[in-house]
Amino acid sequence: MNTGTEPTPAIAIGSGRKPSPALPKLRRFASDLRRDAFCYVFLAPFLICFLVFIVVPVAMAATLGFTSYDGFGKLHFIGFDNYIALFTQDIVFLTKALPNTFLFALIVGPGGYVLSFLFAWLIHQLPLKVRDYYTLVFYAPSMAGAVALSVVWIAAFSGDRVGYVNNFLLSMGWIDGPVVWLQDPKSLMKIMILVSLWMSFSVGFLAMLAGLQTVNRELYEAGRIDGISSRLQEVFYITVPSMKPQMLFSAVMTIVSTLKAGSISTQLTGMAVTPQYAGHLIINHIDDYAFIRFELGYASALSVILLLLSYFVMRFAYRLFNSKEEL
Amino acid sequence: MIARLRRIRSASPFQAVLIGGFTALAAFMSLPIIFIFSHAFKPQNELFLFPPRFFVQHPTLRNFESLFLHASNATVPFTRYLFNSIVVLSLTLASVIIVSTMAAYVLAKYRFHFKALILSMITLSLMFAPETVSIPRYLIVSGIGLNNTYFGHVLPSLASPVAVFMLVGFVSQIPNDLIEAAKIDGAGHVGIFARIVLPLSAPAIATISILTFQTVWGDVETSTLFMQKEAMRTLAFYVNSLLSGLQNNVAGQNMAAAAGLLIFIPNLIIFLLFQRKVLESMVHSGIK
Repeated sequence: MNTGTEPTPAIAIGSGRKPSPALPKLRRFASDLRRDAFCYVFLAPFLICFLVFIVVPVAMAATLGFTSYDGFGKLHFIGFDNYIALFTQDIVFLTKALPNTFLFALIVGPGGYVLSFLFAWLIHQLPLKVRDYYTLVFYAPSMAGAVALSVVWIAAFSGDRVGYVNNFLLSMGWIDGPVVWLQDPKSLMKIMILVSLWMSFSVGFLAMLAGLQTVNRELYEAGRIDGISSRLQEVFYITVPSMKPQMLFSAVMTIVSTLKAGSISTQLTGMAVTPQYAGHLIINHIDDYAFIRFELGYASALSVILLLLSYFVMRFAYRLFNSKEEL
Repeated sequence: MIARLRRIRSASPFQAVLIGGFTALAAFMSLPIIFIFSHAFKPQNELFLFPPRFFVQHPTLRNFESLFLHASNATVPFTRYLFNSIVVLSLTLASVIIVSTMAAYVLAKYRFHFKALILSMITLSLMFAPETVSIPRYLIVSGIGLNNTYFGHVLPSLASPVAVFMLVGFVSQIPNDLIEAAKIDGAGHVGIFARIVLPLSAPAIATISILTFQTVWGDVETSTLFMQKEAMRTLAFYVNSLLSGLQNNVAGQNMAAAAGLLIFIPNLIIFLLFQRKVLESMVHSGIK
């Protein structure tokens, strides 16, 4: 896995055939380890906790993907059957969960990302004293979480006459009868996207704000001398390049949160599985199999697929930001 | 404020519209906060209005009264939960900051074996959702005997890939020349870490503190899974168990509203406190 940091072995150059080429390589490796010992010491506390509480449990859960398990009985090892069934028989996954997730992620991901940057930048233009209040206000929906959702949006899109949206549309005479927004397969996905965009100002947004703070002001003056005339040019040529790590962090967090989204349809409709699978995302599919049908083996296989999917999307993001640190 | 007004007056109409629209949007975004506050002071009859009214008409303190009455009847005193939460929070916050920054420092500034592997594992693990692996986690925690100790609360949240991932980005922005200069001046690794890396990544540290505070303060998983003794559980668990029976219940909704506000306020305070730190720290330092 790790070849980038290793110097090319010296044997390749001239010394001809060695009885055991592995030995000097190993020795070099050991001396490298000794030289970098302090790195490992600094890493150790995090790495140990990370391995014990995240990597090992995830690996344990992933092996469930090769079994048939209902949470109580015996584990049956069934090899790749779960994965084969996933791609050949699971119609709901292939025709609903997968396309829905792609549509949702394609709009909410880039949309939320651009909005986060836009508002972080706008907040940055405000005077210092009021900045953190505006930040708080934009961060509020993701901080208040489920409360925010039920209070503002369920009330707004309530299917009866008194819901805010229906009430407004009726009084304007634009519709004849109340629309059942949240139960209608045609409108549910749109509302989910709207609400997710509203809630998309989270960690990535805070990171961008902090990143904007680190941009050197002298660069702007230098840019002005070099002929940058508009604010837009400033953003593209100075601001974004100087906060690349934060842009990358925010991009990865956006990818993760959009692919991990799923609770939103449940919270909006109050049902674990939405009408006609209209708002069915991959996470809903996993929850369906894990907590309703108790097919934990199949649910783990689904999680592994989701993990792989996110890995490839993240690689794409790294390419996009032209980062030297390959994933 | 006056300076701001003057700025608005001197701004072009387009800018004025932009600022106005932005403020209106901000007002819309702040609805949940307004709601949480006014909801806690609503009398019983206003709590059940639909669609909910944002501002309370006849504010009352009855909700808080009944919450405290209920809390004083519990087997474990309310203050014990609060004490646990404070201990767990301060331990976690301090150790997450130090441990993550240490890891991020070497990951961002040095090259060594397995670095690429570790980095890609960290990025991938962002996808991991703690609720999906609760059973293996329980087995591990009870295997190493962390049940019913404060370590059982703290150690699982020490592994915070989000914090490390974010800090790696910020630490990589610290100029290498600065670290080299410190080395020439005789600073060791610990010295560089404590004198240069920690202070210069203050905005990122403040942001991860906000994040860690929120997750730990609202976390019920460690209390439910790893703590069998009631006296070791946290405030979030207590409030959650108080509310879980009330989902479709009329009688306790007033307590739920009051508890919701009490749980939310620390989040708000910590956010404002640390976010201000983010804004101030970088303005004064001339680095980069």
